Amino acid sequence: MTELEAGRAETLVPGRGVTTVWERYRDILIALIAFAVLASLPLFTGSKALLDFVIRCSAYGLFATSLNLLVGYTGLTSFGHGMFFGLGAYSFGLIMQRLGVPIPIAFVATLAITAVVAAVIGAICVRLKEIYFAFVTLAFQMLIHSTILSWASFTGGDQGLRGGIPRPVFLGVDLSNHIHLYVASCALLILGLLAMRQIAQSPFGYTLRMIRDNAARASFLGIDVWRAKLTIFVLAALFASMGGMVMALFVSGAYPEFAYWTISGEGIFINMLGGVSTFLGPMVGTVLLLLLNDTVTRFTEYHGIVLGIVILFFALGLRKGLLDFVAEWFAHRREAGEGR
Amino acid sequence: MLQIRNLAKSFGGVKATNDVTLDFPDGSLTAVIGPNGAGKSTFFNLITGALRPDAGQVLLDGVDLAGRSPPEIVRHGIGRAFQVASIFRSLTVQETMLAAVSADQRTSAVLHKRFPLPETRDRAEHVMELLGLAGKRNRTAATLSHGDQKLLDIALALVLEPKVLLLDEPTAGMGPEERWRMIDKVRELWESQKITVVFIEHDMDIVFKIAPKIVVLCYGRILATGTPDEIRNNSAVIEAYLGTEHAGAAA
Repeated sequence: MTELEAGRAETLVPGRGVTTVWERYRDILIALIAFAVLASLPLFTGSKALLDFVIRCSAYGLFATSLNLLVGYTGLTSFGHGMFFGLGAYSFGLIMQRLGVPIPIAFVATLAITAVVAAVIGAICVRLKEIYFAFVTLAFQMLIHSTILSWASFTGGDQGLRGGIPRPVFLGVDLSNHIHLYVASCALLILGLLAMRQIAQSPFGYTLRMIRDNAARASFLGIDVWRAKLTIFVLAALFASMGGMVMALFVSGAYPEFAYWTISGEGIFINMLGGVSTFLGPMVGTVLLLLLNDTVTRFTEYHGIVLGIVILFFALGLRKGLLDFVAEWFAHRREAGEGR
Repeated sequence: MLQIRNLAKSFGGVKATNDVTLDFPDGSLTAVIGPNGAGKSTFFNLITGALRPDAGQVLLDGVDLAGRSPPEIVRHGIGRAFQVASIFRSLTVQETMLAAVSADQRTSAVLHKRFPLPETRDRAEHVMELLGLAGKRNRTAATLSHGDQKLLDIALALVLEPKVLLLDEPTAGMGPEERWRMIDKVRELWESQKITVVFIEHDMDIVFKIAPKIVVLCYGRILATGTPDEIRNNSAVIEAYLGTEHAGAAA
């Protein structure tokens, strides 16, 4: 994980002076523009594949960005974050299939379930440091995965939740309509990113940075480190769960792979690709990974080898994620310009 | 007033702090000295909650803080700086100060507002000025010189507006000139802030010159307390510090 740690030094990220109200409005403005662009995409293209790609990016982007709140901002390298992705997909799917409540209620209920589960698991895990934290989170991931497999009467076992997830119309939104689902996914992505950005730039976000840099010192400033870690563990789980729900809606089901450790692995992978010291790094990583996945699998059955080589290039070549690399390059250029 | 009563801590069979009783009156400046392994840092760790004492009391204005957690003890008004500058490497000087004030004002868990909160500005600014760090406010802590990192560490403790400030070797790792600048700064802070300052120091010249009161620790016990003159002429202290040298001279 040295490359993750190396990327953590936020030394060269530009625009880090004293913030103003303007920054917050700037974020909202960027979010609005991004949403407008994404939402108007169907007007220009009839490509279902492209829209599907964006939906998958939404699901994975929410998941990977929430993982970065733990890895990049707090220094908690979770190898089990995917459990909340799976938990979100399964809870949402099961609630819709068995209770038939309106989608917003199932959405909120799933978040509530995730919060409770994350609080319990987090209370155990966040006391641990580094590799111990990583492996205990991984253990919980496997626990949830095997529960899904063995509790077949409830979860469908290795077949997953079959028969489709009912998607009744609410407030004029029909998620069984592809365009509606697409716009809703984009909206969830943008809202989720905006909320996570706010967390990262809040006083709490700086508390997380302090804990990442030097947890012992933070406690000598009067900060309850355990509580702060638990809080971000639960918050990150909520956004991962949101990603899982988008995925469940997209495939109209939930499968054990959603809760398997490889999902957590992909999350880490995405963060390494995109970078952990910029907020949008994981989003860039998501697009990169999904693009790679889709294109490489088309050309060769040995896509694992190709992805492995790419990650080696990022880890050994750039020694950081793509967006970190770009941000540093710009900062260097700016410094060079000022030096003249 | 900080009162230490019968404080004790053992590691295995080693009594690192052995029945220490001391008073630090409000506004006093005290140096803690002692040979290596005398238990100076342990003494600080016990007061600040980094270690839990086996026995004894740490009374700050009558409230016993012994065995409480570091955040609690900090909130009661005992701040500390570390032997090896303990800072937040990726934050700028200014962010460090603002975040510390946030922690002190109990707004470090606020989610719905942007960092920094306006009410943290004045205090952060004040302490940066006080320690001469204002000109380096946008420098990332990791890029500061060793001396500035030590100052930032002290600034972190000071910005919490403590009643008692514990400095664990403020001059550690510094050259002779830098040492004097640092210790002048410490003395200046003590005079201007009217707080109780306790510091650990190895350099005897510095200790005898600036500390009105000196505590000598040896093997976890108090060997002597007193003014520089008293300590200089104390036979037990001479024994502990210079004994071997005298023996060498005799031989």
